[in-house]
Amino acid sequence: MAERRYPEPVVTPETGEFWQAAKEDRLLIKRCRACGKFHWYPRAVCPHCMSGETEWVEAEGDGTIYSFSVMERAEVPYAIAYVELAEGVRMMTNIVDCPFAGIRIGQAVRVRFAPTEGGGKLPVFVPA
Amino acid sequence: MTIKGKAFIAGAYEHPTRKAPDKSVMQLHAEAARGALEDAGLTKDDVDGYFCAGDAPGMGVFSVADYMNLRLRHVDSTDTGGSSYLAHVAHAAEAIAAGKCNVALITLAGRPRSEGMATGTAARQGNPGQPEVGFEYPYGLTVANGYAMAAMRHMHEFGTTSEQLAWVKVAASHHAQHNPNAMLRDVVTVEQVLASPMVTTPLHRLDCCVISDGGGALVVTREEIARGLKRPLVRVIGAGESPKFSGGGFMDLTYTGARFSGAAAFAEAGVKPADIQYASIYDSFTITVVIQIEDLGFCEKGRGGAFVADGNLISGVGRLPFNTDGGGLCNNHPANRGGMTKVIEAVRQLRGEAHPKVQVPGCTLALAHGTGGLIATRHGSATLIMERI
Ligand SMILES: [Zn+2]
Repeated sequence: MAERRYPEPVVTPETGEFWQAAKEDRLLIKRCRACGKFHWYPRAVCPHCMSGETEWVEAEGDGTIYSFSVMERAEVPYAIAYVELAEGVRMMTNIVDCPFAGIRIGQAVRVRFAPTEGGGKLPVFVPA
Repeated sequence: MTIKGKAFIAGAYEHPTRKAPDKSVMQLHAEAARGALEDAGLTKDDVDGYFCAGDAPGMGVFSVADYMNLRLRHVDSTDTGGSSYLAHVAHAAEAIAAGKCNVALITLAGRPRSEGMATGTAARQGNPGQPEVGFEYPYGLTVANGYAMAAMRHMHEFGTTSEQLAWVKVAASHHAQHNPNAMLRDVVTVEQVLASPMVTTPLHRLDCCVISDGGGALVVTREEIARGLKRPLVRVIGAGESPKFSGGGFMDLTYTGARFSGAAAFAEAGVKPADIQYASIYDSFTITVVIQIEDLGFCEKGRGGAFVADGNLISGVGRLPFNTDGGGLCNNHPANRGGMTKVIEAVRQLRGEAHPKVQVPGCTLALAHGTGGLIATRHGSATLIMERI
């Protein structure tokens, strides 16, 4: 079977640090210094309290599958998912390196980093 | 201010085409507009308010209104995806109530079928300025797998089954057999839905709506004008809008903004879900219908699967006749935006002009509901309640 190829993500002034860390196999998430809450996707302005005092925190990298779907109508079928991180936020991702038929909601997963077409890396998840 | 009783839907027209390789999008807008104005018994020169969404070529209303050479004093290009056209009716009613216009024209047109668009299954990057793009597009987010994840979670939390989802399509197909313009007119069974190719788990091909060219238009006006026309009187008595977003990473895939837009519309209209005789419910996918029926209050959260099963949505058979034109699942989903046809079929029902095989006898109270965008995470939601007087 052909390998799934990941497009290079769009990098913005708000997300440069995230993608730099991903190249070093580190998953960053944002936390607000004012209200203390995590959020996803990363923003400069906190979506919970609108404070501009948000900071990058390295996530533990563990999570559970909140929901998923196996896209079969694609050149290379793939499993898209929302993973709930240990820190509480739910992020979109792919579940990789496992038989798709075995994927379950609630399953424990662990982050890993897949190379993108342009030389970057993208956080994906594998069964823990 | 309430819009209750302030505006009437005097004209409604669904373009008969489902494939229009030889027509431009602008032409389809204008043909739909002409159809709705003729239906109402009005002319282009009566129009003083114009509404379309952001998908129309030429930045909202500008190019379409210029093409049709309208003379306007009120415009609105609110874009909440497929739900836009229900919002437009509500906004037209507000504008009429506030004296900003007398005759509002709303149009939709598009040609995704002729343009070979893989509407549901192709990942699209969108505008790189959209802040979520880097965190969604690389993972292969499409319309279909976004909705499929909502279906998966619904099944997980509430025990909803693929058989129950299939009943939505079965009901739509029972209605579509009577619509000569419908793209898919064959009655299908639950088994046939489940045997159709898997698109993205758990959604099969027959859980997904059609891709069609075409469009539609509506004319909304004030009571004095509506009463001077020769058409049955269809009055807007309640409206609600409630887009819903991803909660800063704490999203819940099991419900939509319909929970709030529906409650607002019912409160304004002063009626209850049990009073509704006919409902147009957005049916981009079978799961869309199940979740919205719960959120609108036709049944408890989590009971939507059981509610739609066993023909409960089939006119003349079940408790809640829905999408009697065949809906987006079988009839038409012009421009990938199903809100327009939802209003049009509700108007047909209230006028007593639906196909006799699917007409709800004595239909005087109807609901139309639309969703647009990505269900439960970044989507528009608009509800309308209309009555025949
Ligand atoms: Zn904050």
